Amino acid sequence: MTATRRVLAYARFEAIGILRNGEQLLVAVVLPALALLGLGVATVVSLPLDGTNRIDLIAPGVLALAIMSSSFTSQAIATAFDRRWGVLRQLSTTPLGPRGIVLGKVLAVLAVQVLQVVALSGLAVAVGWRPDLGGLGAALLTWVLGSICFTSLGLLVAARLRAEAVLAVANLLWLALAAIGGLVLPADGDTRFAVPLASWLPSGALGDAMRAALVDGAFAEVALVVLAAWTVACLAAAARWFRPTE
Amino acid sequence: MPAPAALEVTDLVVTYDGRRVVDDLTFQAEAGRITAVLGPNGAGKTTTIECAEGLRRPASGTIRVLGHAPGSTQARARTGVMLQDGGLPMARSVRDVLALACAVRPGARSPRELVDLLDLAAVERTPVRRLSGGQRQRLAFAVAIAARPDLAFLDEPSAGLDPHARRDVWSLVRDLRESGTAVVLTTHLLQEAEELADVVHVLDRGRLVAAGTPQDLVARYAATDTLQITFARRPAPGELAALGRAAAAGAVERDGDAVLVRDLGSDGPHVTARVAAWCADAGLAILTLRAGGGTLEHAYLALTGRHELDDAGSPGRPGAGASDGSAA
Repeated sequence: MTATRRVLAYARFEAIGILRNGEQLLVAVVLPALALLGLGVATVVSLPLDGTNRIDLIAPGVLALAIMSSSFTSQAIATAFDRRWGVLRQLSTTPLGPRGIVLGKVLAVLAVQVLQVVALSGLAVAVGWRPDLGGLGAALLTWVLGSICFTSLGLLVAARLRAEAVLAVANLLWLALAAIGGLVLPADGDTRFAVPLASWLPSGALGDAMRAALVDGAFAEVALVVLAAWTVACLAAAARWFRPTE
Repeated sequence: MPAPAALEVTDLVVTYDGRRVVDDLTFQAEAGRITAVLGPNGAGKTTTIECAEGLRRPASGTIRVLGHAPGSTQARARTGVMLQDGGLPMARSVRDVLALACAVRPGARSPRELVDLLDLAAVERTPVRRLSGGQRQRLAFAVAIAARPDLAFLDEPSAGLDPHARRDVWSLVRDLRESGTAVVLTTHLLQEAEELADVVHVLDRGRLVAAGTPQDLVARYAATDTLQITFARRPAPGELAALGRAAAAGAVERDGDAVLVRDLGSDGPHVTARVAAWCADAGLAILTLRAGGGTLEHAYLALTGRHELDDAGSPGRPGAGASDGSAA
């Protein structure tokens, strides 16, 4: 039994847990899919299209939302309840250890995100999305940064708050960042949802970088630097305060 | 040369906010023996065990777990832990929990073996949150022994269980000892310690105040030179007075549901015989009769200076332990 196999076994356990949990699936897949169809297909909300197809603008933002959902919301809630039940302390006493726990959680999130991206991208393509494939590299970088950033943030929140508080905070933040955090819709666009400074939030940076990659096939340097800065900050904070043994 | 102890705690000091919660503690736990660590809430027993499990860092002192540093991969690989709060994911099935427990430990049993061993087949697909208290304890125990540990830490293994389920868990703990595992048991249930432990360490305010076999501790700290009797019915005051005259020993007094005949002196066996004969003549049926009177609970209370136990699940007062017949 190698350390790698232990981590993979835990990642599998975690990923299955996420996929079997109805509430987590709702936040991770169902609501992003509804956002994709409601904003990308229906024309109820006015969008700053600027010559871009509606679905082409919305699909990258929905992928960013899905990444945040599984990295932050799902992880924060699941980890908070794991802490309350002593699951992380119990696992910390096994050869998996605290580092294996964190690594396993990150791998589980990435595995779930592959399924999210496949499902949501498939749905988006089915309703007319034509991404700029020249931006796949930038999109992948954005995905990885966003995933690490929001997973760290989720673990940090789970480490500092009681489980019920995490439940409330994680869901409220999901709603707020999805609606006005520059995630699904451009933060500086001509919509009534635009919020000043949202581009400087991790959600806005994630959404902007994903849109730049998949709409224009471009590296959004500023957004990526902002996202990278948040990633470093959240990672450092999680490393400081997230203790599976506590 | 004797084999090194499975757990060696030497000069351990743990501080919270500058206050010593474990103060210069030294003790050992050996293979094939059950070592109980007792103490009131705040005595430092859980903190000590958490240090040995690698969950907490001491301020000073050394701990060796099977010859390794606590929290090292080598120590974790050969150690089983049953936490007081279970450490079980409530939303997952018994099968999932056991599969993970076996997957993250080298040389582990199969989940099927654990299911059979702990009699969990009927609830294999049941989420942990729907298990009864006894089933959860059995599952937590299964997780702790998944890898046939050389050292097992069991924190309150029978807390909250009914007497039948408690005895099932005790049987499992004894089996673990028979397999050669060093068992470190922390409990508030003194009857549990008295039933299971080969060696008892009593902590108070972070310090070791006594150590020995349960019999040693009773002899040293709770030998009361007393006959303790429980009856099928409550004796009338007149009957107590007559019993005292028949015993021809020291004072006769009630102690809850029990009656104590004190100061037996060197005539203890004869006093016991006279009391038994008088009770038979008087039609007063004896349920339990214990010469000496001292229990581990008496010793514990004497050592920790407490007049009542902190935990609601523990026996409430001296003497109560004998009433179920198990300690008589």
